[in-house]
Amino acid sequence: MRLTTLVLILAAMTLAAYFVGRHRALAIGGTGTAARRLHSLPRYYGYFTSLWCLLPGLLVLAAWAAFSDTVITGRVVQSLPEALRNQPEAQLSLALNDIRNLAAGQMVDESRQAEISVAADLYNELRAISQRVLSGLMIAAGFVGFAVAWTRLRPQFRARNHVETAIRLALVAASLVAILTTLGILLSVTFEAVRFFGQVPFTEFLFGLTWSPQTAIRADQVGSSGAFGAVPLFAGTLLISGIALVVAVPIGLMIAIFLSEYARPALRRVVKPVLEVLAGIPTVVYGYFAALTVAPMIRDLGDRLGLDVASESALGAGLVMGVMIIPFVSSLSDDVINAVPRAMREGSYGLGATKSETIKRVILPAALPGIVGGILLAASRAIGETMIVVMAAGLSANLTANPLESVTTVTVQIVTLLVGDQEFDSPKTLAAFALGLVLFVVTLVLNIIALQVVRRYREQYD
Amino acid sequence: MLLMDKEEGAVATPREPVAERRPVAEAPTKVADAAETDRIAADTVGDVTARDPVICVRGGNVHYGETHALRGISLDIGRNEVVALIGPSGCGKSTFIRCLNRMNDTIESARVTGDFRLDGQDIYARDTDVVMLRARVGMVFQKPNPFPKSIYENVAYGPRIHGLASNRAELDDIVYGSLERAGLVDEVKNRLDEPGTGLSGGQQQRLCIARTIAVNPEVILMDEPCSALDPIATARIEDLIDELSQKYAIAIVTHSMQQAARVSNRTAYFHLGRLVEVGPTDKIFTNPSHKLTEDYVTGRFG
Amino acid sequence: MAILTPAETRRRVDASLRRRYRTERLFRLYGLVSVLLGIGFLLVLFTTIVANGYGAFQHTYLRLEIRFDPAVIDPDGTRDPEVILGADYSQLVKEALRSLVPEADDRASRRELNALLSTGAPYELQQMVLANPGLVGQTRELWLPADDEVDLYVKGDVPADADGQRLSGRQLAWIGQLAEAGRLDRRFNAAFFTQGDSREPEMAGIWGATKGSFFMLLVTLVLSFPLGVAAAIYLEEFAPRSWLVDVIEVNINNLAAVPSIVFGLLGLAVFINFFGLPRSAPLVGGLVLTLMTLPVVIIASRAAIKSVPPSVREAALGVGASQMQIVFHHVLPLAMPGMLTGAIIGMARALGESAPLLMIGMVAFIVEVPGGPLSPATALPVQIYLWADSPERAFVERTSAAIMVLLAFLLVMNAAAVWLRNRFERRW
Repeated sequence: MRLTTLVLILAAMTLAAYFVGRHRALAIGGTGTAARRLHSLPRYYGYFTSLWCLLPGLLVLAAWAAFSDTVITGRVVQSLPEALRNQPEAQLSLALNDIRNLAAGQMVDESRQAEISVAADLYNELRAISQRVLSGLMIAAGFVGFAVAWTRLRPQFRARNHVETAIRLALVAASLVAILTTLGILLSVTFEAVRFFGQVPFTEFLFGLTWSPQTAIRADQVGSSGAFGAVPLFAGTLLISGIALVVAVPIGLMIAIFLSEYARPALRRVVKPVLEVLAGIPTVVYGYFAALTVAPMIRDLGDRLGLDVASESALGAGLVMGVMIIPFVSSLSDDVINAVPRAMREGSYGLGATKSETIKRVILPAALPGIVGGILLAASRAIGETMIVVMAAGLSANLTANPLESVTTVTVQIVTLLVGDQEFDSPKTLAAFALGLVLFVVTLVLNIIALQVVRRYREQYD
Repeated sequence: MLLMDKEEGAVATPREPVAERRPVAEAPTKVADAAETDRIAADTVGDVTARDPVICVRGGNVHYGETHALRGISLDIGRNEVVALIGPSGCGKSTFIRCLNRMNDTIESARVTGDFRLDGQDIYARDTDVVMLRARVGMVFQKPNPFPKSIYENVAYGPRIHGLASNRAELDDIVYGSLERAGLVDEVKNRLDEPGTGLSGGQQQRLCIARTIAVNPEVILMDEPCSALDPIATARIEDLIDELSQKYAIAIVTHSMQQAARVSNRTAYFHLGRLVEVGPTDKIFTNPSHKLTEDYVTGRFG
Repeated sequence: MAILTPAETRRRVDASLRRRYRTERLFRLYGLVSVLLGIGFLLVLFTTIVANGYGAFQHTYLRLEIRFDPAVIDPDGTRDPEVILGADYSQLVKEALRSLVPEADDRASRRELNALLSTGAPYELQQMVLANPGLVGQTRELWLPADDEVDLYVKGDVPADADGQRLSGRQLAWIGQLAEAGRLDRRFNAAFFTQGDSREPEMAGIWGATKGSFFMLLVTLVLSFPLGVAAAIYLEEFAPRSWLVDVIEVNINNLAAVPSIVFGLLGLAVFINFFGLPRSAPLVGGLVLTLMTLPVVIIASRAAIKSVPPSVREAALGVGASQMQIVFHHVLPLAMPGMLTGAIIGMARALGESAPLLMIGMVAFIVEVPGGPLSPATALPVQIYLWADSPERAFVERTSAAIMVLLAFLLVMNAAAVWLRNRFERRW
């Protein structure tokens, strides 16, 4: 763990820079009452010098982390014998993997070992060099930074302002991470999706009715091209999400109504957190429950009724997903129902309306926009849910509206396409990113609409 | 009563305090606290009964949790009579009228004791139906609170839930009639489908009054119905109250002594949960018997 | 308008009452039923998990007299670790078993007899000798894990006469015999808490996954808490009203609702393919979870900062503190409990997350317990997913047990958040 040592050294240098800077400030400012000649408190001078020591070092480290591997790998590839170097990309990356493994001292296929051992040695050697270069550069950068800061220390130097500006910049950078994340998602997913659409026409993907991404290993096999019509996936996603919403919306809404309008405060205090536990259970647990308990139960029930139920029916996954989003619907509904002003309720009660009349004819219509917003958010949650469907829904892309059959969803296919061995150029892998793009765009649109609706609704009663 | 009508018309524009001739700038009077109120106002001054009472309250008490909000109130409200309830904020006047149609039921911590009767029937009896009670004792609130529905649906709401109209024509009849009596029909007859929340504040309040009288109640309770309105809208509502008093018993809570003077036949003065004094409106404002009433109507506190 | 008389009004209202009260009661009932459905589902879920899983905390062990035969382990007496490592420990086990059940004398029956014991048993012996070479030549009474089928039978999870019974009649007889002799018993399943994954249910444990989750959460906490707090401070205290800030806010709200699997795609494309970080590493998982948790931490931190009353700021401003000093000396300490609560809740969510981890290769079958954030690892929820997919029946109870452990962790974290909130919440 040489890197750790290096980071520790840098930390120590930073600490030292702080004390030196502070000491220097005290020295130039004089002690006791004379210290008042300093513009800032002495410790700000310390902060200043230590920042100038730390940041250049970190910058070097970041640059090294970003580029060293690419540079080393490039050099290693260049050193490879002609025959190896001119392989197709996929095999080359396999060879590189072997080289890395060998360099790390792991076992590699014996037949391979001879031809790549030289490369592995080179790899190790280059890494050692780069480590040394890094150490030198980092420490040097720290010293240079510190020296620059040192020369600037004067009594009238506005150290606090400098430090505060640096902190402010750090704060701005931190809040930009959110934008970077969104950009990152959009760029990475779009980039791969565009490559996919270079191989499979956009219209075929959006409107095609057959999905069988299993491209054959040999070119002469049947169906070697694969079919990437995503309509069955969209339909399956909608079917399962639809079932989930059919379960969750009425139950969640009635729970919210019961707790906010009927239940005594004591009961509410107990029941609310209990139901919120449902929201805290990891989705993998729901998936396990759906696959282990609910799906067999539904199949047995179907058998007894003489129905033909697939063992991974859409119904099972949908039901469990519905239960998962119940607390989501109920807490959002609870918010909007409570936002309906008390005056509205009193107006209705004052006319002699019963509670249910007030709820059905006054509160719900008044809260409707907010509730619709909540349902949209719940829908987006259901569409993007992964583990439940991966564990309890099927893999076969049936185009059906029958909830007793097995369907597959967008998320299931993303997982299936990307888990396990992947070649990064095949349409099979890229298709996952195209599906991811669709998923991201659809949920984004749903979220934006929903958040707008909810906000508009809140403003109405503010 | 006739006198009141005239006075109402006369005072409508200039808004001088009725009891102006009393000097206001005397040495500040100490406001009686709860214990002192108990001591000096344990018994209501004046006649609490009405000639033809529709509501009879004897020894009404309300607790909100630990707070004793209403202390032994006795008061009648007669048919075709407007009773104004005045007093400093927090004195229990709103609490009192909310007891009359059991709106306090919706507040978890409220506990009501005492004898409250509507037409001789115990309002708080076990077999009294709240729905029926509220149909008979309507309420208009401080802030106009039309439902987020069309103007028509707002007025039709009560008749619909109570099943007062057997067909659409009857319902139309009730809606138009109520809007007419609330003096709103000319302003809204061409836009009955538009949302009631789009009306102006005063129109909204009259819509709420129309909504209330559409149920054909016997008593209308008004909880500061004009406090959120401008003077012109207030004047219209006051005219309306005057008209409505021909047909309904009305209890109105108000912060404005002028309003009480203009619209009511009798006035009741509340102080810290006690009913201090009740009597004909002109007597309360011109010649109050109780020290606390006098202090209040002369503007020493309020 | 034909005004109804009061009496007629009363009659009509009266006529409507019965129907209306029935509707009222029904409506209330729907509400109650919904609440009970929610609670009922929770109960069913928990009872199913517990009923399925509690058994995994125990395992059936056989008490065997193992003679650490030097001829088998270290014939030349070198005590060389290489030799000790390479020895055939299954011989020792077979020897011990044969001495217990001498009647198994032919090949077939011996194979059946040996199958009673876990294939991991020799591995345990190997580890023991490696740790303490002095054992060679001695004889010890040891409790060694039985095969998972034996365990299921002993626990009664499989009826003896069922078609699914994979033990032969002869084996069942031996099990009865051994149990009678006190040589077969259910004991605490230590392997479950100390081992990594394994194909053999009786050797599989959650320690590897737990450590993987730990490293991941460590990365997530170290990154998302400072970043989230810094972003919250900027947005609440420094940001001018500008379009950029609006964009950031919309972004944060939307990121909180982006499906987790999309973050997995991001991690795969950016961290693994672009930056070349290793697959299956907790570091990458932690980075992905950081991006996922960040909105939660930011939103909670902003709420915490907002709840600090302006009077505190004004007081500090009054004594001449700079904006930065106000924030770091006054606002931040007061908002810290709320921020920590948010961070813990974010961590709890990250702990339960599995979908994005599937994308970045944390579903690999990894036996070794990870030693750091860069060694290949899996995470608790992913381990649950992997076991749920395993065909061996004995994994059913281990899956449920792993779920119980995961839920226990979540419970502790949420309890900590609640405690923190109640302990430090101030009403201004």
